[in-house]
Parts: sequence; structure tokens; C-alpha cells
Amino acid sequence: MLKYILIPLLPFFGFLIAGLFGKYLKERAATVAVGGVLGAFVFAVSAFIDVANGTIIDENFYSWILIGNLSVNVGFQIDQLTAVMLMVVTFLSTLIHIYSIGYMHGDKGFSRFFAYLELFTFFMLVLVMGNNFLVMFVGWEGVGLCSYLLIGFWYEKKSAADAGVKAFVTNRVGDFGFVLGMMLIFTTFGTLDFTDVFAQATPQLAAQNIDLLGIEVGIVTLICLLLFVGATGKSAQIPLYVWLPDAMEGPTPVSALIHAATMVTAGVFMVARCAPLFSLSHTAMNVVAVTGAVTALFAATIGLVQNDIKRVIAYSTISQLGYMFLGLGVGAFSAGIFHLTTHAFFKGLLFLASGSVIHALSGEQDMRKMGSLRRKIKITYAVFLIGSLALAGIFPFAGFFSKDEILWSVYNAGSLGRSLWMVGLTGAFMTAFYSFRLIYLTFFGKSRMDHDVEHHVHESPPVMTVPLMILAFFSITIGFIGMPLIPHANLFANFLAPVFPHVQHGGTDHGLEIGLMIFSVLVAATGIVMAYVWYVRDTRIPDKLAEKFSGVYTLLLNKYRVDELYNYLFVDGLVHKLAGVLHRIGDVKIVDGAVNGVARLIGQASERGRKMQTGFVQEYAFIMGLGLVVLIGMYYVVK
Amino acid sequence: MIPLSWYVLLSAALFTIGVVGVLTRRNVFIILMSIELMLNAANINLVAFSHYLQNLTGQIFVIFVITVAAAEAAVALALIILLARNRGTVYVDEFNIMKG
Amino acid sequence: MLTSVQEILKQLVPIYPEFVLIAFALSVLVVDMFLNGRYTHLLGWYSLIGIVIAASMTIILGGVQGAFFSGTVLLDPFSQFFKLVFYLACGLGILIAMKYLDIEDIHRGEYYALMLFATAGMMLMASAGDLITIYLGLELMALSIYVLAGFMRKDSRSNEAGIKYLLLGAFSSGIMLYGMSLLYGLAGTTNLDGILAFLRTADLKNPVLFLSMVMLMVSFGFKVAAVPFHMWVPDVYEGAPTSVTAFMSAGPKVAGFAVLLRVFTHTLDPLHADISLLLSGLAVLTMAVGNVMALSQTNIKRMLAYSSIAHAGYALVGVAAGGQEGAASVMLYVLIYAVMNMGAFGVVIMLRKAGMRGEEISDFAGLGKTNKTAAFLMLIFLFSLTGIPPMAGFVGKFYIFKSAVQAGMIWLAIVGVLFSAISAYFYLRVIMLMYMYDPKEEFGLVQSPALALALAISVTAVIVIGVYPTPVLEFARASVAGLL
Repeated sequence: MLKYILIPLLPFFGFLIAGLFGKYLKERAATVAVGGVLGAFVFAVSAFIDVANGTIIDENFYSWILIGNLSVNVGFQIDQLTAVMLMVVTFLSTLIHIYSIGYMHGDKGFSRFFAYLELFTFFMLVLVMGNNFLVMFVGWEGVGLCSYLLIGFWYEKKSAADAGVKAFVTNRVGDFGFVLGMMLIFTTFGTLDFTDVFAQATPQLAAQNIDLLGIEVGIVTLICLLLFVGATGKSAQIPLYVWLPDAMEGPTPVSALIHAATMVTAGVFMVARCAPLFSLSHTAMNVVAVTGAVTALFAATIGLVQNDIKRVIAYSTISQLGYMFLGLGVGAFSAGIFHLTTHAFFKGLLFLASGSVIHALSGEQDMRKMGSLRRKIKITYAVFLIGSLALAGIFPFAGFFSKDEILWSVYNAGSLGRSLWMVGLTGAFMTAFYSFRLIYLTFFGKSRMDHDVEHHVHESPPVMTVPLMILAFFSITIGFIGMPLIPHANLFANFLAPVFPHVQHGGTDHGLEIGLMIFSVLVAATGIVMAYVWYVRDTRIPDKLAEKFSGVYTLLLNKYRVDELYNYLFVDGLVHKLAGVLHRIGDVKIVDGAVNGVARLIGQASERGRKMQTGFVQEYAFIMGLGLVVLIGMYYVVK
Repeated sequence: MIPLSWYVLLSAALFTIGVVGVLTRRNVFIILMSIELMLNAANINLVAFSHYLQNLTGQIFVIFVITVAAAEAAVALALIILLARNRGTVYVDEFNIMKG
Repeated sequence: MLTSVQEILKQLVPIYPEFVLIAFALSVLVVDMFLNGRYTHLLGWYSLIGIVIAASMTIILGGVQGAFFSGTVLLDPFSQFFKLVFYLACGLGILIAMKYLDIEDIHRGEYYALMLFATAGMMLMASAGDLITIYLGLELMALSIYVLAGFMRKDSRSNEAGIKYLLLGAFSSGIMLYGMSLLYGLAGTTNLDGILAFLRTADLKNPVLFLSMVMLMVSFGFKVAAVPFHMWVPDVYEGAPTSVTAFMSAGPKVAGFAVLLRVFTHTLDPLHADISLLLSGLAVLTMAVGNVMALSQTNIKRMLAYSSIAHAGYALVGVAAGGQEGAASVMLYVLIYAVMNMGAFGVVIMLRKAGMRGEEISDFAGLGKTNKTAAFLMLIFLFSLTGIPPMAGFVGKFYIFKSAVQAGMIWLAIVGVLFSAISAYFYLRVIMLMYMYDPKEEFGLVQSPALALALAISVTAVIVIGVYPTPVLEFARASVAGLL
């Protein structure tokens, strides 16, 4: 049992040591920190092996809140789902810790940074290991807190501090759903333990209704929707996704660990964990699926026009999280978790690689000021390409397997499924387009760098590139654990099978499945080619040829003008404008507008309220008297 | 024999006068007197009910109320003297440094 | 009929703790006269001894239950729970005051005497079995606090706080007395059990009954700072000496809840449906006004004043939910609230030193760099106030909202959780200032062993209750049994 407790405790000790003695340890704090997560990883592997051998751990340590005969325990549970998450979290956390040694080298908050990372890892492990909703919630709040601390890490930048607050407040809105869902579970089931709650989750229960301000709502539906509100906050889905792009203000390893690989998947994990509940409510499942699909497409359109390298990846994260929810929503729980796993690898890779690019360019993040980097930072280029291929879903990279498993399940999920499949496929096209737009703008074409910056371009040290290569390796290979088509070859789904209810299987028409796979790869390839045409050919070729052949030059110039026309019509005109409009309407006007609008409204109410607080005793007495009269008047309402 | 309702009406009137006094008069002393009116309205009620119910508790209550009211007046006067000394005024609408 | 002194002393056993506090208070006054303004901090420690003695007596008397002095004083687990909270609040209040009083140059013995008197009053309120006792306890507490609020004689803000509190407090007492007189007229008794017995058979539609109930609600609402009877709170909290503000935000408010629970869930229980409706309305208003108004404050004491209004709102949710669970959740909540709020004020008080008021929120800028310990303690208290697990504040809120959901008031719980989400914003602003801004100027904090002790006690309580709340929770649940 001890070794299981040590999984979260080792990072916690690391946090204590790095936090308390950081002043003395200086950069040695990193050694302690890496030791902490590495130890956690080792024990996680051992736990994984135990689970694979059929041992499910579910242990309570002590009873945390005891109300009569109802008790909430502090306890851990390691089942298949948790084991997978443990592997993902500890492995990525270890790599990112190592990478950070290089990335944060020389930063004055070095030991503080590692202390926060350790604390984050601790809370993330508590989140995935908790055996009841409340322990999960502790981890849930804890990771939010650390994320806030880490986004605002470079607080000298005002935008960083603001982004931190935005993340925290948006997440609190989501937490509000989680807390209420938890309350409702507690009163409905009389317990918060996963095992007991899910054991009671029967179709009879799903038929029960509850009266909410006069509207009859299925109790399970209500619970699931409330929990899902929490999930949209943490996993950056519409409408609570606004914090994630801003969260890129934090150091890049943080973006990789928290805002790509682990924390943002907490919502997906939670919904998957509650699969027995969600699968009882069609309404809730549909809401999850539609929200996921819409987010996937929506974030992809925004990703098309971003110029900040990290923001492109941030929007792609939101989009990919949408795919995970889409998978969960159609009942393909293991496909959703599979995508979570592969995504963790290739998105962690992309972020760290972009960190390496930024590092090489002395902090430049604007892709318009990059270009032609592929010869200068070869390793980074290679791993970036692998990550992008995985993200675009090209065979045999990891993203291909997981995304296709999701799309295949969606395709088979009835009429709603067909339309969502179309949405998902469109999103996949855009994903391929923007991820290779990023590649072409950054690594191909002419250099658009400032002279000083260009002079200093250098490959990152091995402490950064080695983690990148490891991640690249997994981004290529990890997909094969979820082989489609061949019976029993989908190790991943088989492993997770005991955890999830069998809501729906993929169709059995292998021919169709292969056809759709090829189709979606073709779609992605089209996106890549289009990106190539628009971002490489029209900007590079004309300039070279213009010098040599002035005759052909005119032709090519015309050709160029055609391209420019295309550019104007489609890229600038249609795609840019459409995406720009969507971005503006969706991001700024509606969602940001709503968030800011509510905030402004409350702020105004507050200011107005201050004017009512005049300081005059008699007005205070008058308001008391008014309150008394109103209360007396209530007599006629009550009786 | 005066009927109970007369007492109750008197006390209600006194209470109302007290409340109106608190809300409208600016001078702290008069506000304090108005508060005394409110307390005495309650006292009249208590004594009247006590007499009507032939139950002494109400009158005991009144003794306590009178005592407390005296203590309250003492504390109030002390504070008013301080204010008069520091601010040179006894009008409540001038006591508004703190607001918002 | 003459009785011997011993016999009188024997009869007084149930109120020995109150007796001890009053005796200590009087002796503080006398001794202070002879000390002539020297060694006043010794009087502080002396008063603390009194509190410890009284507390141990309360614990010893834990086994004694029943009604004494013709039913005017009740000894039951309910009152004992509250008394322990009062000792805690008063003890912490004295500890954080000692150094501060020196700085403000108002260090006089009466301060401690008044604190002890106020505490005795609050204890009487918690033990009250009769309307008369409620009134007397309440006034004993209130009169002492009026003086304490105006304790800085030369500071016109403090004077103003004192007079505002007194005028409005007396106004609300007037309303309460009138309500009590009506209730006496209806029930023919001032005894709480007697009133309950009367209500069991009475016509509950009687408008006079409703009127008296509402009048009590107004004055108790005033004491716990429920909207719209809260208007005094920000002004008085801001103007009063900070140590008094800290005590006020914990002691009298908790005492208000003790009476509120006793009267509304025990005595007026037959009216529960009406009470629940009215109180839930007040709770929503209170949470809304408290949380919204706190957003735009620039003075930390005012912000904490609005935050204390908001917290009264959460506790009112529990009262509105009613029943054993509701009452127990309120008791747990006020205990946790008292500890975490006093802790937060303890940090605020550290910023006050000669030449610097330390009351603006912006004064916290960069505290995370200049004084890590203080900033970290403030972080813990603020997170607890926000209700983030595993701090105690979360457990309190969890239990409150859980009892509301259990009582079928899901909408109330939704509103509560929503406002609690808003509250994160203004607490977070302070944390942001502490950790994400550079200090305006180098400044050291005021430190003293007493203050350190107070902060240690509160932070330990916040964390321990947060991580292992079961004993306290069980204690609250056991204590409520006597009430219903």
C-alpha cells in the first residue's frame, strides 16, 4: 500500500523541499524536484503493472467529513483508468521537469518554479487517484490554483498576472457546477465514493425527476450537466475556454504540462470517470458530444489566423479537447481517453518544441518574425514535424489512431452522429491546415527574423532536446497500442474495458471503416498541401525566379498575382475574414463580452451600491425600517 | 377599568413617533430621546400585558429595560461628548467621514 | 428567609463561568486604577487567565444540563458550544490587541474589562432561556462594544463608528423589545419553552404573532449583519480600532447566530415554513450585497466587513434550511468563520504601525517578498474565506450547502455557490497584490509574541479543521441535539 501513497507524496515532498529550502538549494532544487517526479513515475509503473495483473486498489485512509452515518473519506483508488492517467501524468511531468532545467536556467525564480511544478504534479495525482468526488475536487481546485500561480509566474508582465486571474475566475465558474453536482450526488446517493455511487446508478434512478424551480428535470441529467459545467471550465470548452489562450503567458514548460498535457484533460477524465452516470442520460451525453464537436470546429477556425506560435497550439489544444468530449459524448469513452493519452504526448511535444523555438529566437513568439529555421535548429524542426503530423492525424502517427477511433464511433452514433462526424472532419481538415501553416511559417520560407535574433539562433541544449526526442518517439509509436480493425489488437480499449459501460460499439463494417480512414487522411493531407501552396510557394519561388528569368518572371508574376488573388479571395478574403469574424464575434463579442459584461455589470452594481452607502446614520435606519416594512408586508404573501 | 386595547394603541403610537423621530431629527440628543420613546412604548406594552395577564414577569422586564436604557444613555452621552469635542457638532448628518 | 453565602454560591454554579469573567473584568478595572497606566499588557495576560479559567469551568460543567434560575438560564451542549467559540474569539481578540493598542496609544485596562464584559454578555445570550435574558445579554454585549468601537477617543473616525453603532444598535433594540412585548402579550410568558408550548396550540395565522416574529428577525438580523440591516457594518468596522473590528466580526456576530438559532429553530419552530422563506430571502440578499459590494472596496477593513456580511449570508442559508442538520451546519460554520476571520484581521493588524495606517488594500503590495510568513498566512486565511479545499472554510461551506440541498432548497444552494464563486475575485485581488506586485517601499511588520500566538492558533485551526474536520463536526452535531 505504501508505494501507492508514495506516488502523490513524493512530488509533495519535492515541493516542500524545493519550496522551503529553495534559497539554499538554488539550481539544485531541480535535482530534488526531478527526483520527486521520477520516483512517482517509478511507483506509477509498478502500480500500472499491478493493475494490469488484475489488482484494483481502493483504500480509505481516514474519514474526512463525517455527517451522521454519511462519511466522505480520504482515500485512493487505482483502477485501469487511473493507472493510465498515472502513467501519462508522471511520465510527462518527469520529462517536462527535465526540460525545464534547461529552459528556466538562470531565471531568478528557478526554485520557486520547480516548487510550483511539484505542487501541481501532487494535486494532479490526487485528482486522478481520489476514490471519491471530494478528494477529486481537492485535486481539481489544487491544480487550478497551481495553474494560476504558474501562469502568473512572470508577474512583472502585467498580461501574465491578468491571465492568471482570468484563469482562476473562469475556473471558479466551472467549479461552481462541480460543487453543485457533488452536493446533488451526496443527497441523492448518500455517498460520494465512486464505487458506491456508480453501483447505484441504475436506469430506475435515471427515471427519477427533481423539481427545479417548477421545471421537472431528470436527476441524473441534472447531476451530469452540472458536472459537465465543471469539465468545460477545466478543459476549456465553449463557453469557458477563454482562459486557455491567455494562459500562454506562463513559461512554456507550464503550457506544455498544465495547459496541454495534463490539467486541461481533467475535465475529460472526470466525465470518463463518471461514465456510468453519463451513460444513463441521453440528454447529458448529447450535450457533451455537441459541445465537444462545436468547440473542436470553433477553436480550429480561430487557430487558422493566429500569429503567435503558442496561441496556435493553444487553440489546437482546445480543439483537440473538443474531440475528446465528442468521443465521450457518443459513448466511446475509451476512444476519448485514448485521444487524451496520445494528445498528451504530441501536444506536450509541440509545446516543448515551440519552447525550443522561442528559446532559440531569444523569446520571439510571433511567427511573422520567423522563417527558414529548419536548417538552423534541426532537431527541433524534426520533432516539431513529427508532432504536427501526429496532430494532423496522418498515418502512422499517434493522432491518427485516436482521432479516427473517435470519428468512427461518432459516425456510427445515429443521425446526430453523422452530422457531428461532418463537423469533426471539417475540424480535422482545418487542424492539418493550421498546424502545417505553423510549420511552413516557422521553418520554411525566407527568414523574417530581426538581425540580432537571427545571429543568435542556436539549438537548445541536450537537457531540452532529449525530452523532445523521447516525446517524439512516443508521438510516433504510442498510437499502435490502440490498433483498429484487427480483433483484440486494441490493447488500450481492452485494458480500459472493465471501467466503462458498454454503451456502444463501433460498427463492424471493416470496409467502411478503412474507407473512412483513408478519406480522413486524405482530407488532412489536402489541408497540408493547401498550407504548403499558400505559405511556401507563393512567397519563395517568385523572388528566386524573378532574378534569373525576367521573361518568365512576368508570367510567374502573373501567376503570383493569381495566387495573390487566391490569397486575397480565400485566405484573406474568405478564410481570414470568416475566421476573423468568428474570432471576433465568438471570442470577443459573445463569450468574452458575456464574461466581461457580467463582470462589468457586477462592478457597476458595486459602484452604485457604494453610493447608497452614504455614511448617514438616518439613511441606514431608514433602510432598516424599510426592510422591516417589507418583511411585515410578506405576511400577505405567506398567509 | 381601561381596556387593554387603549394601552396597546398608545404604545403603538409612541413607537411610531419614536421611529419617525429617529428617522427625521438631526440632533443626536433628540434621536436618543426618540429611541427612548421606542423603548418606553415597549414598556407600556409590557406593563399593560402584565396587568391584563395578572403575571409579574412583564413588570420585571420593564425594570430591566429602564436600567439598561439608563446605561445606554450614559454610553451615548460619553460618545457624544467626544464627538462634540473632536468635531464640534452634534448633528448626525455631519458624521459621515466613513461611507462607500 | 436568609440563606447562607455558601448556599447562594451553590445556586450560582451554572453561571460560574460568566461569574468568573465578570469578576476578572471588575478586578482589571480596579487594578488598572492602581497601576496608573503602566504594565497594561500584564492585564491582557491576566484577562486571558480569566478566559482560560472560565473555559475550563464551562468544560467541567459540560455534564450539567438543565434550566436554572426559573428557566432564565439554560445549560445545554448548544450553549456550551457557543461559549467555547466566544472564549476563542475573545482570547484571540485580546492576543492580537496587545501590541496594537500600544501603537494606537490607547492601551488602557478598560479595554480588557470591556472585552470580558462583552464576552459574558454573549455567553448569557447563548444560554438564554428567556426573552429577558436574551435582552440583558445582548445589551451587556452591545454596550461594551459601543465603547470599544469608540475606544480611540481622539480619533474622530473611531468616535463616529461608536456613535453610529450605538444609534443603530439602540434603534434595533427598540424594535426587538417591541416585538418581545407583543410576544409576551400573546404567550403570557417570556420563557422560551413557554412560548413554544403556547405556539403549539396557537393560531399561527395571527398577524400580531407574525409582526413580533418579524421584529425579532430585524434585530437579530442587525446583529449578524444581514441585508438590509447591515448598513452599519462597513462604517463601524472601518472606524473601530482594528483589534475591536476583529473581535466584532467574530464574537457578536456568532452570538447573534446563537440567539437566532435558539429563537428561530427552537422557540418559533411552529412557524418554520414562514421563517424559512423569509430567511432564505434575507440570505440571498445578504450574499449578493456582501459579495458584490466587496468587489469595489479599497480599504481592507471595509472589504473584510463586506466579506463578513457575505459570510453571514452563507450561515443564514443554514438557518433557513433548518432542522438538526441546518443548525449544526451553522454552528460549524460560525466557528470556522470566527477563526479564519480573526486570523485575517491578525495579519491586517501587523501592517499598522506608527506613521502607517496599513488599511488600504494596496498596502499589501509585495508583502509576499518583504514578509513571506505573513503573506503566506494571509494566503491561507483568504483561501479559507474563499472556500478552497482543503482549508476549513471549504468544509464549512460544504456542510451548509449540503444541508440546504438536503432540505430541498437546491436553488438556495445554487445561489450560494454562485456568489461564493464571485467572492474569489476580491479575495484573490489581495493575494495577487501580495505575490505579483513589487512593494511600494520597504517596510517591516509589527510583530509580537502575542500576535504570533494568535496567528499560530488560527492557522492551525484553519488547516486542521480543513484536513480533519470530523471531531469538530461531530461536536457541532452533538451540541445541536439539545436545541431541537
